[in-house]
Amino acid sequence: MATVENFTAWVHDFARTIAEHSEQLTDLDRAIGDGDHGSNMTRGTARCAQLTDEQTFTGPGDYLKKVGMTLVSTVGGASGPLYGTFFLRMATSLTEVDDVGPEQLGTALEAGVEGILTRGRAERGDATMYDALAPALESYRQAVADGADLAGALAAAAKAAAEGRDATTDMVARKGRASYLGDRSRGHLDPGAASATLLLESAARTLA
Amino acid sequence: MKKLINDPGDVVAEALVGMAAAHPDRLRIDHEQRIVYRADAPRQGKVGLVSGGGSGHEPLHGGFVGPGMLDAACAGEVFTSPVPDQMMAATRAVDGGAGVLHLVKNYTGDVMNFEMAAELAAAEAGTEVASVVIDDDVAVQDSLYTAGRRGVGLTVLLEKIVGAAAEEGRSLQDCADLARALVADGRSMGMALTSCTVPSAGRPTFDLAEDEIELGVGIHGEPGRERRPLAPAREVAAMLVEPVLADLDGAGDDGVIVLLNGMGGTPLIELYLMYGEVARLLDGAGVRVARSLVGNYITSLEMAGCSVTLLRADEERVRLWDAPVNTPGLRWGA
Repeated sequence: MATVENFTAWVHDFARTIAEHSEQLTDLDRAIGDGDHGSNMTRGTARCAQLTDEQTFTGPGDYLKKVGMTLVSTVGGASGPLYGTFFLRMATSLTEVDDVGPEQLGTALEAGVEGILTRGRAERGDATMYDALAPALESYRQAVADGADLAGALAAAAKAAAEGRDATTDMVARKGRASYLGDRSRGHLDPGAASATLLLESAARTLA
Repeated sequence: MKKLINDPGDVVAEALVGMAAAHPDRLRIDHEQRIVYRADAPRQGKVGLVSGGGSGHEPLHGGFVGPGMLDAACAGEVFTSPVPDQMMAATRAVDGGAGVLHLVKNYTGDVMNFEMAAELAAAEAGTEVASVVIDDDVAVQDSLYTAGRRGVGLTVLLEKIVGAAAEEGRSLQDCADLARALVADGRSMGMALTSCTVPSAGRPTFDLAEDEIELGVGIHGEPGRERRPLAPAREVAAMLVEPVLADLDGAGDDGVIVLLNGMGGTPLIELYLMYGEVARLLDGAGVRVARSLVGNYITSLEMAGCSVTLLRADEERVRLWDAPVNTPGLRWGA
């Protein structure tokens, strides 16, 4: 069961991981975008990591809502609304839930991913963060159906996200600034898929 | 990286401090939210015009705040959209009872953040908000497979003309309709001689050889249509003017309003040289120039290069173009 302490650890771990990979994310973005993904995500997640110093949260829903609002307010670009919407939808799904089990987390992740889909209007194969998140969600669901616990399901999700991320290399970007490149975007890993994979890898380390 | 900065993380905030110091009579700046307001906002009975976007395009947008143009501009980080909190605060602050028009350049981040702001504003109730997305860059094919055409040079002409209409006391609906008509009738194409360096990144956004140009470049150093070998100005001018004319569906009743815009790192002597080539090409194509503007108005940090924007002109658009404007970036008749 994941509690608000786990979710706090998740966000803190994600902030640390993003900071460590900031330059790498920026390099990926320089190749096909405008080279700010690393610095924007670092700024926003660092702000999120300060939240627990400032106030106490009653449950995962309460906490993730604040994280989502903070990301929307601090990241900017497209990543702010997309990651912000992800956490806000997860928060709504986890309202009044204190101990989150594998099924509930699956429902919350699905709500978050649906939110990203609505906000970004992306499809599978557009070379976006959705290409990491969608297979991650499917693998998570499958693992839970096969009887996995939280740790097992999240490990499966993280592995699928990484595979999905790597597959964006062969795709032509159809969303965001990378889409201006057309065929020239092929051969480049999508920075959003890279940071989304870091998010799930953080989840696997902290939520179970 | 060689820039006149203190800390890469403080560039936007410190530039706004300087802007406030330089224009205390005309601008009021909310440093906490990073919003530039015209000093006398809100104006009762006038439609409020709010724009904004990533920083690094100065004078756009903050430099176009003032009588006859914008009421507020939200400044994002360099090349990064501002956030919904800023747009909501600006919208509330400039609402003089006649509604607020959001002028949004078509970039995924800008559109998403303005959309979230509009949703949140609708939930709060009160201010009537309309939104117009500007997408004039012919370098990008507008299709299901891209984020659509980018908002570039037309933004300057549109903010001036719609600003004049709002100043005349036209309704929100009228201003939005005018803005949409301008979007339908304006096209741009740009090129880069060099890349630019985002302060927080510290290195050039892309690499361009000494003898290459990037044709169809965006205002964030995004790549354009293709790399070409460096060519004389007259050939580069044709590479810009021809696709714009091809997409424009003819000049207007009064010809066109032309913007020859510098990307930030090209001296005015070269911009005038380029404008001479553009004017010659337009003359050759039988396109009359109603008004022209040459200079750095929507830039991409220190990128060298330029863009050409043509807007179909009619009597009303020319009259609104000529109307008084008093902003740090554009000033005449006032």
